Amino acid sequence: MAEFRLPANSRIRPGKQFQAPADAKQVKQFVVYRYDPDTGENPRLDTYELDVARCGPMVLDALIKIKNEVDPTLTFRRSCREGICGSCAMNIDGTNTLACTKAIDEVSGDVKIYPLPHLPVVKDLVPDLTNFYAQYASIKPWIQTRTPPPPDSERLQSKEDQEKINEPSACILCACCSTACPSYWWNSDRYLGPAALLAAYRWIVDSRDEATGERLDALQDPFKLYRCHTIMNCTRTCPKGLNPARAIAEIKLKLAERQY
Amino acid sequence: MSLRTPLGRALGLGSAGDGTAHWWQQRVTAVGLALLGLWFAVSMLGADLGDRAALVAWIGQPLNASLLVLLVLTAAWHSQLGTRVIAEDYVHGAMKVPLLIALQFIHAIAAAVGVLAVLQIAIGGR
Repeated sequence: MAEFRLPANSRIRPGKQFQAPADAKQVKQFVVYRYDPDTGENPRLDTYELDVARCGPMVLDALIKIKNEVDPTLTFRRSCREGICGSCAMNIDGTNTLACTKAIDEVSGDVKIYPLPHLPVVKDLVPDLTNFYAQYASIKPWIQTRTPPPPDSERLQSKEDQEKINEPSACILCACCSTACPSYWWNSDRYLGPAALLAAYRWIVDSRDEATGERLDALQDPFKLYRCHTIMNCTRTCPKGLNPARAIAEIKLKLAERQY
Repeated sequence: MSLRTPLGRALGLGSAGDGTAHWWQQRVTAVGLALLGLWFAVSMLGADLGDRAALVAWIGQPLNASLLVLLVLTAAWHSQLGTRVIAEDYVHGAMKVPLLIALQFIHAIAAAVGVLAVLQIAIGGR
């Protein structure tokens, strides 16, 4: 059966409290999930009081401030700090999003920060994305053609055809959508999840690609594709404002179109 | 423990080449159920449910009996499709296949009983 309760060694316990400096002007509490596999202890929630008057505006700024000034053991991924690399995807205030584009003052009350849900945790806010990336690789996210390219130019595409891949190409593979999807929680070993399916759709509708049929063949499966029950968490949580749910619906329509 | 590569695991057994018919049937039976359900609800609202003889006579009309049989079959098939998805979603391991078979049997029995009940009244008049 699907497990609805965390295993005993994953249940979260109360953690440490870090006070704000005495001269703090505007204190806000950050409640952060901590897990260190080396200690063998259960995960805990540490609470950091920060003076947000002396902190950048985004949640990532607060995490960097904690790491630099309060607790250097806090571990998280980050890189571009402008919503284009997808590294700092985490669950903030109950929603999967990017710490670098989530403003601290958007959160009322304490800022609760957890790793992306339902993935193995490597340490603190760093989840293991191995399966997620393997699923992305499995949809062959590159152009496949039989016609050789023109000898003296690129493969051409009309403006209208280019517009079809504009949105799905903007996916940064942060995994917010897939890890927000209940179907992915229960069946991520077989269901590809919204991010990989959005990428598959990007190549299915690419006018230059000549493997559309093979791509649809590979997805025509009760688990790889049809575990999507149009729950729409993916679209609601996408920090880039993309619509993976519609892309999945379009794939289903294309499969129906060639069958009926 | 397996040393299989992550990509090997993600590719798994490959595509079953199936699922579209299930998805399509779920939608078609949903439309069918909506129409048949509406017909049934309107018919029952207009009927005197205390008058058994009148109801038996109503069921005895060929169109009504046919639509009732279709309602039973559509509901059973739609339910079979839906509960199968729920079982596949949540049940993993050794219980999965026995449960999927049991669901098919339960729905087949429900459909047979429903159809027979309608025919008994429509043809047998009781």
